Amino acid sequence: MLKLLATIASKPSGALGLGLTLFHLALAVLAPWIAPFDPTAQNADAILLAPNATHLMGTDTLGRDVFSRVVHGGRLAIAVTFTAAVIATLWGGFAGIFFGTVGGRVDEYSMRIVDAFLSMPWLLFLLLIISIGGAGPLTIIPNLGFFYGVAVLRVVRGAAMQVSARDFVTAAKARGEALWPILTREMFPNLSDILLVEGAMRWSWMLLAFSSLSFLGFGATPPTPDWGLMVAQERGLLSTAPWGVFWPCVALSSLIIGINLLADAVGKALGLDRATAVAV
Amino acid sequence: MTEPLIKIEDLSLGFTAKDGRQAPILRGLSLELAPGETLGIVGESGSGKSTVALAMMGYLKPGLSVFRGRAVFDGNDMFALPEKERTSLRGSSIALIPQNAGQALTPTLKIGQQIDEALRLHTALNADERKIKVLELLNRVRLPSPEDIAERYPHELSGGQQQRAAVAMALAGNAKALLLDEPTTGLDVTTQAHILEFLRSLAKELGVAMIYVSHDLGVIARVADRVAVMYAGMLVEEGPTRDVLRAPNHPYTRGLLASIPRLGEPGIPASMPGVPPAVGSELTACAFADRCPQVRPHCKDGVPVLEPRGECQVRCPFAGEPAPDHLSTLREPQVREARALELQDVAISYHKPGFMNRWLKKPEPAPTVDRAGFVLKKGETLGLVGESGSGKSTILRAIAGLAGTRKGSVTLGDGESLNAPVAGRNRETLRRVQMIFQNADASLNPRQSIGEILMAPLKLYFGLKGAEAQARAEALLEAVRLPARYMSHFPGQLSGGEKQRVGVARAFAANPEVTLCDEVTSALDVSVQAAALALLTRLQRENGSSYIFVSHDLAVVRAVSDRVAVLYQGRICESGPAEQVYAPPYHPYTQTLMGAVLEPDPDTAPTLLANDMSEKAPPATGCPFQRRCAKRIGSICDTMVPPAQELADGHVIHCHIRMSAAGCQEAAAVPELMPAE
Repeated sequence: MLKLLATIASKPSGALGLGLTLFHLALAVLAPWIAPFDPTAQNADAILLAPNATHLMGTDTLGRDVFSRVVHGGRLAIAVTFTAAVIATLWGGFAGIFFGTVGGRVDEYSMRIVDAFLSMPWLLFLLLIISIGGAGPLTIIPNLGFFYGVAVLRVVRGAAMQVSARDFVTAAKARGEALWPILTREMFPNLSDILLVEGAMRWSWMLLAFSSLSFLGFGATPPTPDWGLMVAQERGLLSTAPWGVFWPCVALSSLIIGINLLADAVGKALGLDRATAVAV
Repeated sequence: MTEPLIKIEDLSLGFTAKDGRQAPILRGLSLELAPGETLGIVGESGSGKSTVALAMMGYLKPGLSVFRGRAVFDGNDMFALPEKERTSLRGSSIALIPQNAGQALTPTLKIGQQIDEALRLHTALNADERKIKVLELLNRVRLPSPEDIAERYPHELSGGQQQRAAVAMALAGNAKALLLDEPTTGLDVTTQAHILEFLRSLAKELGVAMIYVSHDLGVIARVADRVAVMYAGMLVEEGPTRDVLRAPNHPYTRGLLASIPRLGEPGIPASMPGVPPAVGSELTACAFADRCPQVRPHCKDGVPVLEPRGECQVRCPFAGEPAPDHLSTLREPQVREARALELQDVAISYHKPGFMNRWLKKPEPAPTVDRAGFVLKKGETLGLVGESGSGKSTILRAIAGLAGTRKGSVTLGDGESLNAPVAGRNRETLRRVQMIFQNADASLNPRQSIGEILMAPLKLYFGLKGAEAQARAEALLEAVRLPARYMSHFPGQLSGGEKQRVGVARAFAANPEVTLCDEVTSALDVSVQAAALALLTRLQRENGSSYIFVSHDLAVVRAVSDRVAVLYQGRICESGPAEQVYAPPYHPYTQTLMGAVLEPDPDTAPTLLANDMSEKAPPATGCPFQRRCAKRIGSICDTMVPPAQELADGHVIHCHIRMSAAGCQEAAAVPELMPAE
């Protein structure tokens, strides 16, 4: 593990990715101690102040400190999407390995169902579910996990098909091993790298998706500090007070870029090519 | 003496290791090639033979750099030339014909267009002249009906035809030298023999120089005027082919020659112990000292120099001394009367009719394997020989339960049926039949330690766990002569030969009655192959297991088999005791195969019977060999399944030509054999 991190950090892009990701994680954890103001505290005397010595990133329409809100703004998004990414990777990964190993009719029919899900405009679908089930994390996490898991499934199944065609799997089948040991002992160790990279990639995409939901008013609920929500609230003042939109955007994109670079570097360090790892 | 066309002077090249050390792949290599001469470069994997060939073109694989020395081609110092001039020399004056011509040709362009493109690049001809030239080139490489071939895409040609098309392209630029990197390694023996004869005559006809890189001394013996034997990035011996192969001076060359199984000599060839030094390692002594049967204390003092010896050069100060004989060991067959396995009239088909075909009741194509029947006795080795597509691996897969049989029965010695696939067999039945795979690289899980790999069957079949399984796995490693510390190693840390030993150990973990060996040595170097064959023979003697040994290499099969069956298009042509199958009378196909075998001896020429056409599917009726047979007698061959003629105890030939112990009865009616050009 340490060796893997060292390999990742040995290239500038890997070091940047690792640095950005760790920076954001640290920021999220330490937010209450870093933020100078309460992120939800309104101040009628300090509305729409430009960045200055007290308010490093200025204030928003309700006089809240943008810096404090940006520092806190990743907490919910990271927690929700990370949990959802773990769920997506686990179920999508397991199902992908299963279908890729079993093959035949079972695989063929299941993949048509997967195709159906992949062809759905899932953002709209998610909006529908949330408007029925409510906007809490308990609705969003399983749904993000499910929808992104379908894509993980598709990618991992493709990779699993290649592994299951190799002689050592044939040898295990010829030996008469049951399905479970073949899945866990022969297949999984050869796919864990792809799962790791795939999980990281899906995580970064989910962050964008969660922020989009917040922007549309279906993710975080006011007055929670959240990057997507902040952009939505301040977007009308983009020409006069751009700082309220600019800084949350910087935070969100730097985290997504960081995770992407990290996933790339992990893939390269493990000898995978992103082009083959992420096909969908 | 004429000015050499290619001159390599003291060339050292390699990569820079992580610690900044220069890790050489070639170590101070010097070579000369006269115009019109054919040089064979021979060596095992990792010896640097391909690197030398590419260096002659001034090409280095990415990551490599020249440490010292020069490569001069036709007066140009290739590594000093600007990239642009070097590129224009390649393809015009010196051309490469790669191992896999099928992949080297662009799949979306017709053959004619590809050659036309090469002509446009390297000549000043106009479109009409080029059109004529394309046909002329295709004609020159002896492709039938050039007009037709020019309009075809690469995948519409057979492997041998693709190789010829690649040669035609290489000739487009009036090359002075052709570089051939293992150009026949992926081809069937009969096709290989045809291509080699063609290249030989082409070299004579055009006077081009050829550099022929191969691991196969038989191939080199057939085409090369001079041979350079490489070991650990150095020349160990160089000289005229006949001198080097007939009277080798260096102990490595001697060992290499001795480790090749020969058609005429049954028995396991002598093997060389040890492994060559790792690529890029530092040398302070003779690179071969650790494996040399004649090693002296003096050998470890420094790297010996290349010394002239007659017309040869040898890198061994003791070359003149009498060498110990490398003797092949005869197998002592311990065949018992009891049966281990029996196949009766088995048919196997991969054909799955689609919905429309089922509905329209389309007739099924002829099955991949048909009328397969043989008996395997306890302690016996049955060799299955045939070219690619002959169905030999399919038969193994059916016995192992990986492919379903359509017809017939497969039974173990005690009557236990093996007709069911793996899922329908119980664990004890599964244990009794084990398979060893062709490619140890692919058959060992790279993420499992050797210990885990060996303990899986122990747990599955015997329920062994913990220390007990550990001890048994260590005993298995010892049985295949690997140290117990390998238990914690991963396959990636082992050499090719060692990996195959682990594959053998895993099969024997089940203590099987029948072991299926699928081309188990074809991915190994010859010196390692001999050791693997010796290992299999020893394990058979100790365990009394029966083998089915599948190979395309007739000499290897001869070395290990008691009985042999020759397959063509999934049908057995001839079967019987090895010494009888390998002696006349032959089935016409057996004769074709035997004729195409190349011996590492410049004075034996292959006999080319039949054409090198490759067939994709077996004919629906009649004899499987009908379309290529040189001794075809008439329409009876197309319509009637040839009768099984039993000659002597168990020697059966399936042919319409009447055979007797003396030979073919109707030899007079048979067209004359085509002698090799």
